[in-house]
Amino acid sequence: MTDLATRPAETSVLRKIDWPTFIRRYGAAIVLALLVLFNIIFTENFLDLRNILFVQLRQAAPTAIVALGMALVIATGGIDLSVGAVVALSGQVTAVFLLDGVPPLVALPIGILVGVAAGLFNGTLVSRFGIQPMIATLVLFTAGRGLAQVVTGGRIQTVNQPIVEFLGLGVVAGLPISVFSLIVVTVAIMLVTRFTPAGTKLLAVGGNERAAGLVGIRTKRVKTMAYVVAGGLAGFVGLLELGRIQASDATNAGLNMELDAIAAVAVAGTTLAGGTFSPGRTIVGVLMLRLLQNTLVAHGIPREVAQIAQGLIIVAAIYLLRRSRDAR
Amino acid sequence: MSAATADVATVGHRLALQRRGTVAVLVLVVLLASLRYGDAFYSGINLTSYFDDAVKYSLIALGMTFVIMTGGIDLSVGSVILLAGVAGGLASPHGAVVAVLVGVGTGAAVGAVNGLLIAHSRLEPFVVTLATLLWARGLGLQLADTQTVVYGSGALTSLARDKIFGLTTGFWLMVVLFVIAAVVLKFTAWGRTVLAIGDSEESTSLLGVPTRLNKFSVYLLSGALAGLAGVVLGSQTGSVSMDTGVGWELIAVAAVVVGGTLLTGGVGSIGGTLAGLLLLQVIFTIINFENGRGGIEINSYWQNVVRGAFLLVVVLLQTGVGRGRKKS
Repeated sequence: MTDLATRPAETSVLRKIDWPTFIRRYGAAIVLALLVLFNIIFTENFLDLRNILFVQLRQAAPTAIVALGMALVIATGGIDLSVGAVVALSGQVTAVFLLDGVPPLVALPIGILVGVAAGLFNGTLVSRFGIQPMIATLVLFTAGRGLAQVVTGGRIQTVNQPIVEFLGLGVVAGLPISVFSLIVVTVAIMLVTRFTPAGTKLLAVGGNERAAGLVGIRTKRVKTMAYVVAGGLAGFVGLLELGRIQASDATNAGLNMELDAIAAVAVAGTTLAGGTFSPGRTIVGVLMLRLLQNTLVAHGIPREVAQIAQGLIIVAAIYLLRRSRDAR
Repeated sequence: MSAATADVATVGHRLALQRRGTVAVLVLVVLLASLRYGDAFYSGINLTSYFDDAVKYSLIALGMTFVIMTGGIDLSVGSVILLAGVAGGLASPHGAVVAVLVGVGTGAAVGAVNGLLIAHSRLEPFVVTLATLLWARGLGLQLADTQTVVYGSGALTSLARDKIFGLTTGFWLMVVLFVIAAVVLKFTAWGRTVLAIGDSEESTSLLGVPTRLNKFSVYLLSGALAGLAGVVLGSQTGSVSMDTGVGWELIAVAAVVVGGTLLTGGVGSIGGTLAGLLLLQVIFTIINFENGRGGIEINSYWQNVVRGAFLLVVVLLQTGVGRGRKKS
C-alpha cells in the first residue's frame, strides 16, 4: 500500500505487487504446481488417482502431521527437535504392548499419551523453567530414541495384528488412513486457530511474549500447549509409522522427521522467529519437498543429489523470506 | 543498558560456577573410576579409544563453541565431517599433507558458504546450517558413490597411531588447538568481538567493529575444524563410512552447553567445552567398564538416554543456580 502513496506514477499492476512477499507466500505453491505439471507431462501414470492418493500423499501425510505441530511450536518462537524421536518412542511402546498381548484399545491410546507426555515435558522445560527450546527438546531428541531402543532391545520384531495392518493399509472414506488423518488434523487446527481465542493468543505470544503477558494472556500455558499438541501429533504419527513398517524399528522410525518438518515450515515462508502460523502453507511445503524428491528419484537422479536439491531449495526459500518486506 | 550489563554479569558468574562444577565432577568421576577399576582404566587401549573419540568430537565442539558464543548455531558439522572425510580420503593417495589440506579446505569452503549466507545475507543460522546439513551430506554421499572411502596405509594413518609421551598425536593436536583457541578468545580483538557480538550485535556494530566479517570467520572456522575432524577420523579408522557424523552436531552442542557456554551467546569458555566433552565421554567409558564387569546390564542404547538425562540435569542446575542468585 505504501507503494501507491510514494510512487503514484507507476500504473502497471505488476509493479504494484510486492514480488518478494508474493514469492515468499506462494513460492512453495508455485514450485509444487510446476512439479505437478512436470510430472503430468513426463511421469507415467502420475495423474492416476491411486498414485496421487496412495503413493504421493500417503508418503507425505505423516511428515505433514508432524510439521503442523512443529508450525504451532515455531509460531510461539520455539522449536521442537524431539518430534522424530517421539515418533519412534510412541510407536515402539505401542508395538511392545501389542506384542505382549495388550488389547489395541489400550495400546494405541498409550502411544498417543507417550507423545502428549513428551510434549508436556518439553513444554514445561521451555515455559516453566525458561530453558531455550532447542536445548530443552534436545534432551528428548537424544534420550527419546535411546529409550525407544531400550524398550525394544533394539530388535526389529514384526507386529502381525489386524489393527497394525489397518494403521498401515487401512482406507477411511476412500482415503488412506494417514491422508484422512491429515485432513482431520488440519481442519481441527484451522478451526481452533481461526475461530477460538487460542489462535490469537498463540500468535501474540510468538509475536511479543512480554506484551502478550501484559494484556493478560497466560503465555506459559499457551507455550506449553503448543508443545503438548506437537507431542501428541508426533505420538499419533508414531502409530501410523508402526503401521507403515508393520514392525518395531526404533532406529529408523521417524528418523530425521524433525528436520523435514522444520524444512517444510521454512520453505512455506514462515520465519523461525515466531508470530506467524499458516497450516495450509506448511502442508504445501511438505508436499513440495516430498514431490521434489520423488520426482528427481523417479527420473533416475540419485537420492543424494535429490538431497542436495532439497538443501538448496531451503536456502532459496529463506533468502526470499529475508528479502520480503513484511519479514520481521 | 546498565540493567543488561548486570544481567550478563550475573549470567557470567553463574556459568563460571557451572564450569567449576563441571571440572569438579570430571575430576571426581575420574578419581572414583580409577579407584574402582585401577590400572585397567588407564590401560593403553582404553586411553587410546577414549581419546580417539574425544578428539573428533572436541574439534567440532571447539568450532561450535565460537559459533554459539556469537549467538549462532552450526548444525552442519556432522555432514561436513562426512564430506571432508570423503574428500580427504580421495586425496590421500597424493600424500598426507594433500589429504589434510583438501579435508580442511573442503570444510572451510562449506563453512564459508554458511558464513556468507548468515553474516552477509543475514539469514537464520539454524535454517541455513540445517540446509547445509542436507546438501553437504548429499554431496559427500555422491562424491563417495555411497561407498566407504578408504584411507590407504600412508603417512596419515601411521601418524594417527604414533604416540608422544604415551598419548596419540590426535590427543596432542586437541590440546594444542584448545590452548590456542583459549588464548585467542581471551587476548585477541577477534576473540573479544566474538563474545561482544553474542552479547549485543547491534551495540558491537555501532562501535564500528566489523561484525559481519567476524561472524563469517566463525562459521569458516567451524567448517575448517569439522573438516579437520573428518580427516582425523579417516586417519584413525583407516576409512570413512557413509553414516559418519550423523547426529554429531548435537553431541557438540551438548558438550558446549555442559561446559557452561550460554546458548544465546555472549558468555562462554573454551576450557569448559573441553571439560564438558571429556566428562560426557568418561561417563560412557564407565558404563562400558561396568558392563564389562557384569555389575550392571546396560546395553549401548542407554548411552543416548544417559546423554539426554545428563543434559537435562545440567540445564536444570543452570536455571536453579540462576534463580538462587536472583533471590539473593
